[in-house]
Amino acid sequence: MSNSVRNLSLFALMALLFMTVGFVQSWDVSLTLLNMCIISAIMALGVNIQWGYAGLFNVGTMGFAALGGLAAMLVSVPPVAGAWQAGGAGIFGGLVAALLTVAAGVYAWRRTLHLGRRRYWLTGLVVLLGYVVMRAIIDPAVEAIEAVDVTTSGFLGGLGMPIILSWLVGGLFAAGAAWVVGKISLGLRSDYLAIATLGISEIIIYFLKFEDWLTRGVKNVTGLPRPVPYEVDLKQSPVFQSWAGGLDMSIDTAASITVKLCYAGLFSVVLLVVLYLSEVALRSPWGRMMRAIRDNETAAAAMGKNVTRRHLQVFILGSAVVGVAGAMLTTLDGQFSPPTYQPLRFTFLIWVMVIIGGSGNNWGAVLGGFIIWFFWIEAEPIGLWLMGALTSGMAPDHWLRLHLIESAAHMRLLTMGLVLLLVLRFAPRGLIPEVKR
Amino acid sequence: MSDVLNALVILANFVIVPGLAYGSQLALGALGVTLVYAVLRFSNFAHGETMAIGTMFVILATWGLQSAGIGFGPLPTALLALPVGIFAAIILCLVTDRLVYRYYRRQKASGVIYLIVSVGVMFVYNGLIRFVIGPRDQVFADGQRFIMKAREFKQMTGLNEGLAIKTTQAVTVVTAIVTVAAVFWFLNRTRTGKSMRAFSDNEDLALLSGINPDRVVMIAWIMTAALATIAGTLYGLDKSFKPFVYLQLLLPIFAAAIVGGVGNPIGAIAGGFVIAFSELFVTFAYKRVVTYLAPESMAPDTLVQFLSTDYKFAVSFVILVIVLLVRPTGIFSGKSL
Repeated sequence: MSNSVRNLSLFALMALLFMTVGFVQSWDVSLTLLNMCIISAIMALGVNIQWGYAGLFNVGTMGFAALGGLAAMLVSVPPVAGAWQAGGAGIFGGLVAALLTVAAGVYAWRRTLHLGRRRYWLTGLVVLLGYVVMRAIIDPAVEAIEAVDVTTSGFLGGLGMPIILSWLVGGLFAAGAAWVVGKISLGLRSDYLAIATLGISEIIIYFLKFEDWLTRGVKNVTGLPRPVPYEVDLKQSPVFQSWAGGLDMSIDTAASITVKLCYAGLFSVVLLVVLYLSEVALRSPWGRMMRAIRDNETAAAAMGKNVTRRHLQVFILGSAVVGVAGAMLTTLDGQFSPPTYQPLRFTFLIWVMVIIGGSGNNWGAVLGGFIIWFFWIEAEPIGLWLMGALTSGMAPDHWLRLHLIESAAHMRLLTMGLVLLLVLRFAPRGLIPEVKR
Repeated sequence: MSDVLNALVILANFVIVPGLAYGSQLALGALGVTLVYAVLRFSNFAHGETMAIGTMFVILATWGLQSAGIGFGPLPTALLALPVGIFAAIILCLVTDRLVYRYYRRQKASGVIYLIVSVGVMFVYNGLIRFVIGPRDQVFADGQRFIMKAREFKQMTGLNEGLAIKTTQAVTVVTAIVTVAAVFWFLNRTRTGKSMRAFSDNEDLALLSGINPDRVVMIAWIMTAALATIAGTLYGLDKSFKPFVYLQLLLPIFAAAIVGGVGNPIGAIAGGFVIAFSELFVTFAYKRVVTYLAPESMAPDTLVQFLSTDYKFAVSFVILVIVLLVRPTGIFSGKSL
């Protein structure tokens, strides 16, 4: 069986799985799964750009996805006029002060080379002073903003623009964060990037959780505007009613399925664009250079390639793709809630997708995204059923039975870990291996 | 004069005593990370979960002891259960090495592969913990709660401010000192310890001199498992056992190891205390201290806090960033194990 036939049949199998869910559970569930699968596939593409093309280990996918989510919220929510009046100037002044502080710190550091040890103290003092000034400007503003209509807003709001725009902005946000992290940690030992990304993603989440003036924190921002029609409007439109009447389903189901199909269409366009661009990049001289750097950094450096710069570039590109996917996810959810960002779900699951799909192969990453998300969701009913079947011989209130059934939900963590280890060990090239060019 | 003393007591109560305890916990954790790095040459992302799983074994053993009616007087029963937990963690680490890491060692896999593999191990450990003990909090500290209560201190000294020392804090510091002393005695005085240092310094030379690499790796895992279990248990006694927290501890622990220079045990300990004290000093609200020290008219009306406690993990990240920017090899560079 040739490779392309094999790959095609893998994707066909995936389609079959969706059909099965559609017939057994419902088409609604199947489409929900499909939409999440597409988003996961885009995230996996982003990580694949970093890991598969360049061998960079990013443990901070969660943070970049969350920045995308932040962008979705900030772009789409209408501005809160009262909050802007109360503290807009203060926040703006604080941001300027922060920028000036960073600039002054860098300036002090660069210009004091001759001072020896005192250089550390001087720079530290400059930054500390700047920080105190910034806090003095920003603190009253934050307090004022958070006091405006606490129950409904208490934050600055956003720009009130179409949420689709945020997909680009999310990519930019993530790219900016990636630039900072990459600038600091690339060019050092490879572990440092991993540790730095682990750190930055945690801090981004903490920032989103606790800076209420920007994100409402744990109070969440709900009811983000949609890029697609609402079910309620669909149900009331006569055109839709007459169209849905011809179908063999209730109007509620028809409306909900139509909305999900619209999302699926939008997401597929993004997926195809990202996939196309990644493939073109991989086949271009640039892709060849990246592979050369990944396989032998020393040789590539000897050929005059600036390894650190290229790493920075590819790290930013990959993170931007993850940011786009993060913005899409928040769009689909219709709400921005920082506590839902969990490293296991947003970082490690994406890694499992890339490794299992086949690192270095974009189609592999897409397939991995589909398969892993599918089973991540479907594992719960399967696991519950399995535990129930295994313990069916015991008394219904036996402690072990209760414990096992209660823990079934945690089984998928264990399973994902085992799957990752097994694939790395026995099939490190994944389901769709990288093509040797 | 008494104002100055009062201010000092506040600092001691809220920063210095907790800092010593937290620093000891981080130092032991970072020592484990550094050992794995020195001998196996990778950053072990599963270390946080190793701490958690070791602590879980200790908790299970503690429950066993408690239900058998065995206690440890004023000290927490968990100290008696510690050897059991360490033993279980050692078995787990050795099994993991045999099943997972050994293959990549034979393959001479690149460092980044080890990182991913350790992430996979972390996943599996995390799943095991949730499967066995569940994701909820467990408080397993028993015995006497305080060595010195704030009220007793006030009566003793006649100051306005009290100084409380929890039993778990004292236990943490003492256990950490004993453990670190044992580790250094082992590394510097015993033959096996010296062979480990030789192996970490120059693998090829060590192999030429007839050092058995499998033995060195085995001992490194044994020590790592023991250190992780001790660190995790002390942290769990001091705060409470939450399976999620150990994942978040990973960042301060890595930061501590890197600040001190990865692969350097003294650096790991120094790094642990640097991180712990920076975290506490930066997130401490100095309002009451300043109120005592400054003249009455200048009493502050804000908290005088540099950073809200919500961001305590950001402190270790900032320190990490500064070290990476200024001195990527760490404070104690140029010397390993």
